[in-house]
Amino acid sequence: MSAWFPFHGGVKTVRHKTESSQRPIQPGLLPSRLVVPLHQHVGATAKPMVQPGDRVLKGQMIGQADGYVSAAVHAPTSGRIMAVDQQPVPHPSGLPDWCVTLETDGEDHWIERKPLDYRRLHPSDLRNAIRNAGVVGLGGAVFPSAVKMNLSGHCERLDHLILNGAECEPWMSCDDLIMRERAAEIVAGIHIMVHVLNPHQVLIGIEDDKPEAIAAMNAACAGTGYQVCPVPTRYPSGGAKQLTKLLTNKEAPVNGRSTDIGVQCFNVATAYTLHRAVNHGEPVISRIVTVTGQVAHPQNIDALLGTAFADLIAQCGGYSDGVERLIMGGPMMGFALHRDDVPVTKATNCILAASARELTLEQPVMPCIRCGDCVDVCPADLLPQQLYWYARAKEFDKARDHHLFSCIECGCCSYVCPSHIPLVQYYRYAKNEIWAREKEKQQAELARQRHRARMERLEREKQEREAKLRQKAPPSRAELVVVPGTGISERNG
Amino acid sequence: MRFRTVTSPHVLLETSVGLIMRRVLYAMLPGIVALIWFFGWGIGVNLVLATVVALLAEAAMLVMRSKPLASHLGDTSAVVTAWLLAVALPPLAPWWLTVIGVLSAIVVAKHLYGGLGYNPFNPAMVGYVVLLISFPREMSTWLIPHGLGQPHTLTLLETLQAIFGTAPISLDALTGATPLDVLRTQLGLGLSVTEIRNSPVFGIVAGHGWEWATLGFLAGGLWLVYIRAAAWQIPVGMLSGLAVIATGFYLVDPQHYAPPWLHLWSGAAVYGAFFIATDPVTASATPRGRLIYGAGIGMLVYIIRGFGGYPDGVAFAVLLMNIAAPTIDLYTQPRVFGARQR
Ligand code: SF4
Ligand code: SF4
Repeated sequence: MSAWFPFHGGVKTVRHKTESSQRPIQPGLLPSRLVVPLHQHVGATAKPMVQPGDRVLKGQMIGQADGYVSAAVHAPTSGRIMAVDQQPVPHPSGLPDWCVTLETDGEDHWIERKPLDYRRLHPSDLRNAIRNAGVVGLGGAVFPSAVKMNLSGHCERLDHLILNGAECEPWMSCDDLIMRERAAEIVAGIHIMVHVLNPHQVLIGIEDDKPEAIAAMNAACAGTGYQVCPVPTRYPSGGAKQLTKLLTNKEAPVNGRSTDIGVQCFNVATAYTLHRAVNHGEPVISRIVTVTGQVAHPQNIDALLGTAFADLIAQCGGYSDGVERLIMGGPMMGFALHRDDVPVTKATNCILAASARELTLEQPVMPCIRCGDCVDVCPADLLPQQLYWYARAKEFDKARDHHLFSCIECGCCSYVCPSHIPLVQYYRYAKNEIWAREKEKQQAELARQRHRARMERLEREKQEREAKLRQKAPPSRAELVVVPGTGISERNG
Repeated sequence: MRFRTVTSPHVLLETSVGLIMRRVLYAMLPGIVALIWFFGWGIGVNLVLATVVALLAEAAMLVMRSKPLASHLGDTSAVVTAWLLAVALPPLAPWWLTVIGVLSAIVVAKHLYGGLGYNPFNPAMVGYVVLLISFPREMSTWLIPHGLGQPHTLTLLETLQAIFGTAPISLDALTGATPLDVLRTQLGLGLSVTEIRNSPVFGIVAGHGWEWATLGFLAGGLWLVYIRAAAWQIPVGMLSGLAVIATGFYLVDPQHYAPPWLHLWSGAAVYGAFFIATDPVTASATPRGRLIYGAGIGMLVYIIRGFGGYPDGVAFAVLLMNIAAPTIDLYTQPRVFGARQR
């Protein structure tokens, strides 16, 4: 398919992809210690299944999926459990989280791997297997894939299954490399998705600055009917909503899901891990990480989950001079970490060691001059300057009325703002405030309900007592009728 | 090793308020050159004087409001205001006229309303209107453009003397009415448009000398739109608004109403469309809103020119639409991605 449907806005950013995309994917070195977070996905934290001192094998489940929206966590290699406690993790909050610390034994001894014949399995059994294999979206959103593979009445069958290989963030090349090197496995994973979701059409969106990946995917898709669709290089074409619009001209509704318009979207790397999990019985224990920026040898590493960032940096020859910020993810949406002893998780698609040369130095923030540049680039068709105004003035209701929650935090507005206003920061702040208030309101409502229930119960008990008393004292000729809830009794007849 | 943590995005486009403002200044140059060619050194003297006064006033206000001097003076927004106003002043405007105009613009219209980004009214036009209302005679004394038979071309020294009030020669012989002035007074005298337009003051299209300045501003303005330093919707809206209403009246009675091309090409129509109305701070900020905002200015310009008390109406029209901008924005919000098509 050559036609595509442009989305509004977006920006042309610097690319810097070739730095890391010139070398093949390197296997990660086996560190002596792995710190595996139990919360590497959207949803409930996995429940730990091991205790310090336990020996585990490679691929053994160490954290159990807790509920429907959750995913299991596995030992990335064989070894001994050192601790189950809170450790620093790569999260914007900077707060520690529950992790399993594993001392590796260097033998890399697998559990027994059992391939599944997915064509024979009932879909819900297959979904359970996927959840237990820890398969989540590897584009960075880490939403449990089993949940997305259940249409559950949202639509009968999908119109379009979209595979996201756009990779629009600068510097990043992990999806590019996995498509170049593992196209056949990705397609094998797509077969599984197709089996469950039964789409009319399978579209694979790849930005047109990755000719090798497009060629590899085209070759792997030959004879399958899956279409590889080059899309123009324009950030954020890899946003699920933007890619959907590009490929199908459909817009996911505000407050709705993509399945409402018959579309489901997965990252290409997710399809790869799905294939490994189902056809080889290998749970998700590693992922491809782009390590780039100010390191001696920028490259992509197939890293075990739990490997410290610092170990990967060391494998790439260490930092070059003048690293100012360490960013997980791309420079547009990634977040800056203040330490490098945090572990790789399923969300770690890129580690960017950035110096002043890569970054824009902080500029003085000027007042908004209402130039409207942010409006021109906003892919969600919002009025970013208006949202900023409301967030700053703490007029959260108005911000919500102006569709604050349609903001995908892509950063295009901040990118072009001549006044250098950290717009996205204001939107995150406003969203958090609204969520916090919502929660408060819910709690207050709950308390009010409890209070009302208690008052009603007390009243009922009182009336029952009174009624009993009256029964004991013989009523006069006429019947006494208690008017419920008032405490007044009337004479009847 | 500890690293700095800042929120995303971590890369930014190379742009700044100062860059945008400086581009506006560059874009004004062709028009300014044409004005100086036809009206002499006075334009240049006014520009320099206005710039100096504006920078001093801006600095003083910034100090008083305890804002960082370097970043806010460096944004050159005060210079833009000064130039926008100075270009609209008569070439031999006495020095105090320029000073009063610039001070009204920078001190009152800009800083007393909250400074850059907060002022609801276009500062340059506030300055202009203050002068127009307070000093109508000084504001309408324009030089006769070069090549239209003025008896004497002023030297730089003579210009300076004239502006600073020590002129050794009488200026009356050198000054005359602007084309829009002529049109207005003669229509009032009952002449037909055809008769009036035979006057050499009207040049090829819309005023000897003036039309070249207009051409210069058009070139600069188109460049601004091309590099996206100005929103295209505003000039398009304003010029179409003016053209539509002028054409309507012209078709009804071509002897009483000037043709649309004369309206478009004369006075401050083009200059206002590309340089005044496009001031982002005071304009509408939504794509559709900008079209409406521009069209509103265009129509008001015609109404003021045709039926109001002043020969040109760009300044008043812009200020009137400034008031309406927030309301326009409210009703022209773009359709949000994924919202149902209207
Ligand atoms: S880009 Fe920045 S200065 Fe321009 S309107 Fe948006 S927030 Fe204001
Ligand atoms: S961060 Fe939000 S407001 Fe800014 S451009 Fe992206 S979607 Fe629009």
